[in-house]
Amino acid sequence: MASFWSGYVLPLVIIVAEIVLIVGPVMLGVAYLTYAERKVMGAIQMRQGPNLVGPFGLLQPIADGIKLLGKEMIFPAGANPAIFIGAPVMTFLLALVAWAVIPFDAGIVLADINVGVLYLYAISSLGVYGIVMAGWASNSKYAFLGGLRSAAQMVSYEVSIGFVMITVLLCVGSLNLSKIVLAQQTVWFCIPLFPMFIIFFVSALAETNRAPFDLPEGESEIVAGFFVEYSAMAYALFMLAEYGNMILMSAITTILFLGGWLPPFNVVPFIWVPGIIWFAIKIAFILFVFLWVRATVPRYRYDQLMRLGWKVFLPFSLVWVVLTAGVLVGFGWLPKNIG
Amino acid sequence: MTNPLIIQYLPILVFLVIAAAVAGGAVVMSLLVARQNPDSEKVSPYECGFEPFEDARRKFDVRFYLVSILFIIFDLEVAFLFPWAVTLGEIGMFGFWSMIVFLGVLTVGFAYEWKKGALEWE
Repeated sequence: MASFWSGYVLPLVIIVAEIVLIVGPVMLGVAYLTYAERKVMGAIQMRQGPNLVGPFGLLQPIADGIKLLGKEMIFPAGANPAIFIGAPVMTFLLALVAWAVIPFDAGIVLADINVGVLYLYAISSLGVYGIVMAGWASNSKYAFLGGLRSAAQMVSYEVSIGFVMITVLLCVGSLNLSKIVLAQQTVWFCIPLFPMFIIFFVSALAETNRAPFDLPEGESEIVAGFFVEYSAMAYALFMLAEYGNMILMSAITTILFLGGWLPPFNVVPFIWVPGIIWFAIKIAFILFVFLWVRATVPRYRYDQLMRLGWKVFLPFSLVWVVLTAGVLVGFGWLPKNIG
Repeated sequence: MTNPLIIQYLPILVFLVIAAAVAGGAVVMSLLVARQNPDSEKVSPYECGFEPFEDARRKFDVRFYLVSILFIIFDLEVAFLFPWAVTLGEIGMFGFWSMIVFLGVLTVGFAYEWKKGALEWE
């Protein structure tokens, strides 16, 4: 009995505790990202933003959550109920599960698998299913168009994200996310691979359906796109997943290009700060750029969006893969310690 | 619990179960807490005040299909590049040039698509 306890139950309890420690801060981050978005956009547009619920409006996300919980959940007449309700559940689930492999600090990671990048790539590819399911199951024209647009957009930018990841992998020689961070001890990859960093960030905007690539939602033409028919908690799950994906993409950008938990300079005042704080600061910075872009850049047209993805980013990143590989092979800089 | 693969991937499985429980719980809670009172106008598809005059599942532009086909080709290529990128230090010049030839063939196909107008949206 004792061996059963220490062999199975205890590890499981530890795993569950670790997961709660990840999900809690992520959900809190999502709640306050919605608040930060409204405050930052307000500041950029010379408004106040939310300021009535609690001091400085800080309880606004909680009030929003409670309000959504009290709303009626509507199932449209022509909808397929199972797929209709499965879509937000799946989208939210995928947005959470990807956090399992994110290293927050040296050694602080739930599942330190050796194919971390591949796992993230797979999970972000699956994200498109939730949206297609929502668009199809709603049986509404806006939702249908939004779902189609979103699917085409996400798969288009998925390809350039893949090529950008390949260039990073060439410099690291490992798919493990912790090793990718540690490979940036001399220089962060955003400096030698600067164009790839920009492409990755723009693709992340497109991948998360954020402005200026928010055509799937396009409130001025197709109202809310694929989730126009959703209400109550099903709607809340989509919003949570969208903001969760924003934080996730920021975390991936930080890990691949901004040195993860590493301090910017390896000198005294910087190395006193714990790595997890650096990680959070970098994520917050990228999220701020997300909001900044939303407040300042007008929405793309659909043909411009596809042209950018297929005719600019794809050839450019393909050339950079060959170029990076060529330089690394030519100068003999390839990483030898395969892990 | 001795297989290292299981130990590595077990947290992900547990995470999957917990995330599914949280998402499902939110939906169920919403159904329990809020008063459900649907009527025929409330559940009709939203179309800015119009009565929907046909089913939403109708013909759509073939380009969306074309994009997904192109995606499959390039995504496979990326999947093929992953192991190559990780092991490039070991496979040396032969590995490098084989991939360059492969990418060259793919680029020819890509140029053909571009010329044929498969990437045009107007």
